[in-house]
Amino acid sequence: MISKEEAKHIAKLARLGLSSEEINKFQKELSKILDYITKLKEVDISGVEPTSHSISVENIMRKDKEEAQRNETKKYLIEAAPEEKEGYIKVKSIL
Amino acid sequence: MELTDLTITQAHEKLIKKEISSLELTRAFLEKIEELDKKISSYLSVSSDLAIFQAKKFDSLISKEKKIDILAGIPLAVKDIILVEGLKCTAASKILENYIAPYDATVIRKIRERGAVILGKTNLDEFAMGSSTENSAFKTTKNPHDLTRVPGGSSGGSAAAVAANMCCYALGSDTGGSIRQPASLCGVVGLKPTYGAVSRYGLMAMASSLDQIGPITKTVEDAEIVFKTISGKDPLDSTSVELPKLQTTNYKLQTLKIGVPKEYFIGGIDPGVEKIIRNSIKKLEDLKIKVEEISLPHTEYALACYYIIMPSEVSANLARYDGIKYGFSVSREVEAKSKELLDIYLESRERGFGEEARRRIMLGTYALSGGYYEAYYLRAQKVRTLIREDFEKAFSKVDLLLTPVSPTPAFKIGEKITDPLTMYLSDIFTIAVNLAGLPALSVPVGKIEDLPVGLQIIGKPFSENIILELGKFFERS
Repeated sequence: MISKEEAKHIAKLARLGLSSEEINKFQKELSKILDYITKLKEVDISGVEPTSHSISVENIMRKDKEEAQRNETKKYLIEAAPEEKEGYIKVKSIL
Repeated sequence: MELTDLTITQAHEKLIKKEISSLELTRAFLEKIEELDKKISSYLSVSSDLAIFQAKKFDSLISKEKKIDILAGIPLAVKDIILVEGLKCTAASKILENYIAPYDATVIRKIRERGAVILGKTNLDEFAMGSSTENSAFKTTKNPHDLTRVPGGSSGGSAAAVAANMCCYALGSDTGGSIRQPASLCGVVGLKPTYGAVSRYGLMAMASSLDQIGPITKTVEDAEIVFKTISGKDPLDSTSVELPKLQTTNYKLQTLKIGVPKEYFIGGIDPGVEKIIRNSIKKLEDLKIKVEEISLPHTEYALACYYIIMPSEVSANLARYDGIKYGFSVSREVEAKSKELLDIYLESRERGFGEEARRRIMLGTYALSGGYYEAYYLRAQKVRTLIREDFEKAFSKVDLLLTPVSPTPAFKIGEKITDPLTMYLSDIFTIAVNLAGLPALSVPVGKIEDLPVGLQIIGKPFSENIILELGKFFERS
């Protein structure tokens, strides 16, 4: 069971705006799903290694150098941004 | 026979014999979409101009080229979560409603190089999160076999388009069953390749350790053709791998050993589905193929394990939709001038994401947050190891496993959408395969009244060739 305060805290961590009705709704739904997930506590996991990927991949390196992008790609990327200035993506000030 | 009934192989024959042109074939599909899609709603956007351009290009080249690729000139549909340069790619989400793909996914580059014709982008559950296509922000796709029922999901638009002959074949993606379950519910063939067999570059990430692109087709042979084209190592996806050399010719079915996991035939399965699957398995015994019951003891934990790992990855992957770089943003609005950065994040994500996306972001953020990581995420990763080992043990005894794809045939629109947990349970037979990274095929093997039922064939990593051979057997019998 998660509390309303916890639900608010998670939404804040996730940078997700939620109305108070939604906080209530998600609090109930998430609690129900988490109850189901407690099933995992029945499993004996002692000495078991975690799996993050089903295939084992070693670190894969590439040359540390910049690669020129096509002009079209740059144009698409800049056009997709809500605000742009002189070919850069503009962001609200953070200070 | 109409042109839109043709399989890839049949269409290719007619094209190289010049019995038909690609333009005729493409127009036939565009007319079919015009005629049927008002009812079925499988497409989010139709790219007629691009399709006609590509078809004409094929027709002008066919007399000059010596070798014509099997996919050349043949029209397909693409799930709207795979990027096609210059076309909108929405992931069926409001947050990407007007997003134009800036480049081609690797699978798209590969099929474009072969001269394929792209008809349009198909509907899905938002960011591929769902089992019915009802989570789309734009429309609900209907099952062509019964318009009051769902096509399955999340690749429901792709499966419905293939089933209703609105494309020759389609591409989908599968994170927990999203190719196989809609293929089963729509009565078409769907292949979820081994994790790493197909590049994920240009597939919008949902859960990166589980996602895989694959074909949805009318026949098993067509699935094989598309799979061979799109698979292979790609420097742009570091988890992609080169396929080991496959033994494809004259594979002797009689030498196969088949396992039937007992945990896939308990509680909740529709008796009609069970009967059809059991009958299919019997056909193998008639051929004197060895079939034995085996056990995958951790099966009952697969769904709970998935609902920790998947949302955790979702919460990280969907952090990129922040209202700054692309997609829906409140900072495009006039009143945004006075807003601070944090408000741009909060409001853009609140208004841009649908309910299921937000639910999974919340769940994943919780599972990864301080103090819960070990209890949820780490524990789930360890259970994932046990699930993977269950399959490894089974595959030391048998070559392939047979199970149902979905516990029920297509359900009614609206039947499960109000209860997330009930909806999640519809993926119970497909999820473990993704956790273990295995290849699996859904092949239609029967019907309950008008509703198709699919059989799932699961194999060892990179055994797609053997799975497909057995799939062809079920298709013939």
